[in-house]
Amino acid sequence: MNFNITALVPELFFLCMVLALMVQSLGSREWKPPVEKWLPFGACAAFFVTITGFHLHGSMFWDVYKVDLMSQFFKIVITFGFYVVVLNASRQPTLEEGKRADYYMLLGFSTLGLMLLASSVELITIYLALELASYSMYAVIPLRAKDKGAAEAGIKYILFGAVATALALYGLSYIMASQHTTYIAELMNKSWSFADQPMAVVGLSLFLGGMFFKLALFPFHFWCPDVYQGASNETAAFVATMPKMGAIVVLCRLAVLLKPGLEITTILAVLGALSMTFGNLSALAQTDIKRLLGFSSVAHAGYIMVGLVSGTPEGIGAAAFYGMAYLVMNLLVFWIVSRVASDGRNLKLNDLNGLYKKAPVLAFSLAAGAFALVGLPPTMGFMGKFFLITSAWDHGYNWLVITLVVNSAIAIYYYLSLFRHAFTEESAPSQAAPPDNGWFASAGAGMLAAAVLLIGMVPAPLFNFAINAGKTLYGITVTFGGGGH
Amino acid sequence: MDFGYPVLTILIAFPLIAACGLFFLRAPQVVRYYTMAVSLIECLLAVPLMGFKLNADFQFVEQIDWVHQWGLQYYLGVDGISILMVLLTIAVLPLCVMCSWTYIGKREKEFHFCLLFMTSAVLGVFCALDLVLFYVFWEAMLIPMYLLIAVWGGDDRKYASLKFFLYTLAGSTLLLAAIVAFRVTGGTFSIPDLMQMNFSFRFQFWAFLAMALAFAIKVPMFPFHTWLPAAHVQAPSAGSVILAAVLLKMGTYGFLRFCLPLTPAASHYFAPMMIAISIVSILYGGAIALGQSDIKKLVAYSSVGHMGFVTLGIFLFNQRGVEGALFQMLNHGIVTGAMFMMIGAVYERSHSREISKNMGLGKYMPGFMALASFGFPGTNGFVGEILVFIGAFKQSLIIGALIVPGALLAAAYMFRVSLKMAWGTPSSASTWRDLNAREWIYLTIPAVFVLWIGLAPTPFFKVIDPSVNKLLNDFDQRKVAAVETEQPMQTAAADALSLLAEKE
Repeated sequence: MNFNITALVPELFFLCMVLALMVQSLGSREWKPPVEKWLPFGACAAFFVTITGFHLHGSMFWDVYKVDLMSQFFKIVITFGFYVVVLNASRQPTLEEGKRADYYMLLGFSTLGLMLLASSVELITIYLALELASYSMYAVIPLRAKDKGAAEAGIKYILFGAVATALALYGLSYIMASQHTTYIAELMNKSWSFADQPMAVVGLSLFLGGMFFKLALFPFHFWCPDVYQGASNETAAFVATMPKMGAIVVLCRLAVLLKPGLEITTILAVLGALSMTFGNLSALAQTDIKRLLGFSSVAHAGYIMVGLVSGTPEGIGAAAFYGMAYLVMNLLVFWIVSRVASDGRNLKLNDLNGLYKKAPVLAFSLAAGAFALVGLPPTMGFMGKFFLITSAWDHGYNWLVITLVVNSAIAIYYYLSLFRHAFTEESAPSQAAPPDNGWFASAGAGMLAAAVLLIGMVPAPLFNFAINAGKTLYGITVTFGGGGH
Repeated sequence: MDFGYPVLTILIAFPLIAACGLFFLRAPQVVRYYTMAVSLIECLLAVPLMGFKLNADFQFVEQIDWVHQWGLQYYLGVDGISILMVLLTIAVLPLCVMCSWTYIGKREKEFHFCLLFMTSAVLGVFCALDLVLFYVFWEAMLIPMYLLIAVWGGDDRKYASLKFFLYTLAGSTLLLAAIVAFRVTGGTFSIPDLMQMNFSFRFQFWAFLAMALAFAIKVPMFPFHTWLPAAHVQAPSAGSVILAAVLLKMGTYGFLRFCLPLTPAASHYFAPMMIAISIVSILYGGAIALGQSDIKKLVAYSSVGHMGFVTLGIFLFNQRGVEGALFQMLNHGIVTGAMFMMIGAVYERSHSREISKNMGLGKYMPGFMALASFGFPGTNGFVGEILVFIGAFKQSLIIGALIVPGALLAAAYMFRVSLKMAWGTPSSASTWRDLNAREWIYLTIPAVFVLWIGLAPTPFFKVIDPSVNKLLNDFDQRKVAAVETEQPMQTAAADALSLLAEKE
């Protein structure tokens, strides 16, 4: 067993942080540790530690755990997401005082699981990391003070999750039985055509089903809008973004198996097309913002498939980049939702009326987020979508690309209604709590919006990172330094 | 020509940067003066464009890598086709600020922000030589325009703005697919490079359709025109001015810049269809305009007709036709812009857009705008329209004969409105105040241009001629070379069928 401790610094740092949270959550009922005072700094430090480790590489634990560009890219994204989620949750009104340390501990464990997932290159390891990430999620979702809806959402998530993971495990056994290995690197050289290996293809489909559940891809999406709606706004921000990064990284790694033209690739493409169409059409009818975002994330899961089925390093890079864009855009929108609902209620579209007057910075940031989700330039959403379709064109799935662009046209309506309510409607006087308009809310929203716009205008550095990460998966050596734009 | 600084980048970036400055201002009056100053500085910044050399090359070119690995470039330049549009856009900005001086009474800061943002985006569209950069500006322009209609528009603004947004965005999504296809097939996003390439007819066929849909909606051509009257009627007068003067031109500019040079064979193939649609637009727009009692609607439908002349001129593929189309673009911008400003001025007094409530304004309104609109000799409308006519008759007698009624209709509805509004019996106008100095200024400037272009169009010809010649030469060389016997529709159907058969 080879073990290189320097390559694990980001994970170890994170583990220490989570252990500290665990200690704090273990105290007696009277001990109310000041978690929210130090955790944002810790999360920020974890983010920077991960950034400094961007070039680490190595494989360890009998090669089941591989630190490479792809894993580091996603670890940076995940720790960034955790940082924002922690900041966002630190003003959560619907969390009971005594449960704060536990709440953050669970979020932390889930994130740690996702970080491990980013580096797992063997199916059983992937499964274990996935479980670590999932179990804490099951406990976090119902934590919304005295809310029946949250409990319902929690139950739904557990039931769906249990079935999906059971299927994944079942599929794993098929793959192992027919291909005699669980290492992705070895699986890559096996045949995945249905004619040669029917059992393996069925197994892989089931295993992917487990990932699709995390990603909320049609038809594994049914939990998604309900859970978003039931969970508190801050928890929904976590559920909407972070587990999807885990799913995307695994799919990116498995995408090397998916050569264009294989049955399984076509299934993926069809599911992607159905997912984006179904998600967008359902979102048109929503009035609850979190449900709307839930269906929108079903659509976005479909978009990501476009990059994965292209079977090129560029496609995988584009999917990874889009995953990052998705995380930042959604965190931005959820940040605003959480701040506008300063008493923790669920927001309807009408609650956004007149936001431009009540909280101009939030309204402007919401505009940036909504237009990024549509994929309008100059936002990172546009760049992500553009990279996706360029990488996928002429690789046998042109119809999928056309479906994607047509779907953007459908999607515009409901994202525009976010914008429309915030900017063009006047608010009626109401009893509801006013939006949080303080410096904390504005600064967070403003910085995320700036990131969305800035990366949209200068996507080159991050995109190169993603492309190089995609290349490493195909075993293409990447030289550091240079690269220019 | 080198001015030691990037002329086009500054032109595009300055309004945007200046717009951010608006957030630090408070008093509405200060906001107006500030924006006015910004728009005048923008005009000054355009002075180096006078160094435009009279040839067909792209000039003031700037080229920087944007995303190297993906072949994206920040690539700007103007030629004879785009420079007039750039100048028109810049010239319209101060007029818009002036005509909304008292018209806009709420959220002035945001309004002027939208105006400046809009100007940046539109300039970007006309200057971009990289397909993706073009698309970025093309889409970025939607948001401020949407806001202009949705916030400061009339009573039905919600409907009109949504329709505008959905229509134009839906049209341009396929444009993005076409752009990507060009990259994958041609290997580059750079428009000048792509202009040198010969694509297969089948590729051109689909690329043309995808692009033409986006541009036809923007123009708007006949079956896709329904968003325009709604948007025009509801938009505030500055919004209508920008919409009429600049935005519609983006569609026809797209045809000239993309469809003809990039997909010549397909353009040739589809020309009969485009000509037919253009003729329908001319006749339909004119006929509907004749029946309107709402002045803004009337001008909106007349725009459909006038833009029909432009697309007709483009798809005639002869020198006179394309020159006429370019002139008509410029003139329609000036004339219709001016008409909307006048309507705005009238509306501020009568608070009605009905013709019957605005009669007898001859004292105030310079009537010859209407004359220019239907192409009275001596005004600029005449130059453009006569060129399209010459081109049409050159092409075929039938096309020429078919558009004559279009011109007659234009005369009819313009006479009707000017007769009633300028020389009718005053309904409520007798008590109104006269035009003030500001209104005189913003109405005189276009009037000067109307007469100048109408009486002495030579300098404008000198600017556009080399580029038009090059465009048509390229087109003639390549339209035949690439035509193949295959039928793209049938090929695609066969492909789809064989794919299905394979599955079963």
